[in-house]
Amino acid sequence: MTVSPSTDYLAGIPDIAGPGSVSAWGLLRLRRQLELGIPLTQRPYQALAEMTGLSEQEVMAAIRQWQAQGLIKRFGLVVRHRTLGYTANAMVVWDIPDDQVQNLGRSLARAPFITLCYQRPRRQPDWPYNLFCMIHGVDRKLVFSQLTTLITDHSLEQVPHAVLFSTRAYRQRGGRYVSHD
Amino acid sequence: MRLDNTDRQLINLYQRELPVCERPYEEMSRKLGIAEGEVIERLQSLQDSQVLSRVGPVFEHSRAGASLLAAVAAPEEQMDLVAARINRAPGVNHNYAREHTYNLWFVMTAPDEDTLEERLDDLEHKLRLPMLRLPMVEGYHIDLGFDIDWEALP
Repeated sequence: MTVSPSTDYLAGIPDIAGPGSVSAWGLLRLRRQLELGIPLTQRPYQALAEMTGLSEQEVMAAIRQWQAQGLIKRFGLVVRHRTLGYTANAMVVWDIPDDQVQNLGRSLARAPFITLCYQRPRRQPDWPYNLFCMIHGVDRKLVFSQLTTLITDHSLEQVPHAVLFSTRAYRQRGGRYVSHD
Repeated sequence: MRLDNTDRQLINLYQRELPVCERPYEEMSRKLGIAEGEVIERLQSLQDSQVLSRVGPVFEHSRAGASLLAAVAAPEEQMDLVAARINRAPGVNHNYAREHTYNLWFVMTAPDEDTLEERLDDLEHKLRLPMLRLPMVEGYHIDLGFDIDWEALP
């Protein structure tokens, strides 16, 4: 008898080699474990296999497939920039006319010092800004000079903007979409 | 925090494309010219000292589940308290104090949109503070795996 797991929880979990071949619950358990990081032992994928009830080969195949499908966009060392000395973290927000935001977002994203760039909705009247850029800087002086460069290069002199430096990280960790908190 | 050259190399080479094979740390050790055990020890100590949050995958947020950036304006003297309440809510993976009237910024995640909205409603009710909810409309560049500029660091 097969018991199908609730499909809600499996949203986004791809079928590795067709139905019935790899345990869907095993894959869900693997995703949960992966969200916490891989073990630092000689055979981490074997360790993950033991934790999830899959085989080492299935674990590696699942990771490779998730990479190929883009569910995993990066696989490696996840750095805490603040510890290394990137202490001037600025969220720069702009109020860009709707018909220009996409083009401008794409071109700002190409600046080497911009680490994140995305469009979000305005929430008038409290929040008029629709474009967000993150600058991970070493000190504020440098961040402000990078910002000046950005404004000049993209003719943003007339665009309302705000710079929100972070002053404290109360929490910083990877997304736990399927793992329990 | 100052790191030696081998630690820097490890970070330079492996923010992406960690080997997926039976002995990944062994493969890395050959590239770095050190022993497999030393790779593992170094990764462990980088993790213990909070230089690394983890070794593993970064999931594409739009495909991994639901997530949303939110902000509240907490009274200055209650920042720590409100931040702690936010951290107690399920699914909060980032939570920063920022210099603005909206002074606490956090990201909440959930397996799906309905659960996310329930979590946010519940938190908003507990905090008794109006919450800015700013879902992503479009991402132009989202990758924190940038090359570390070791020279610029203190």
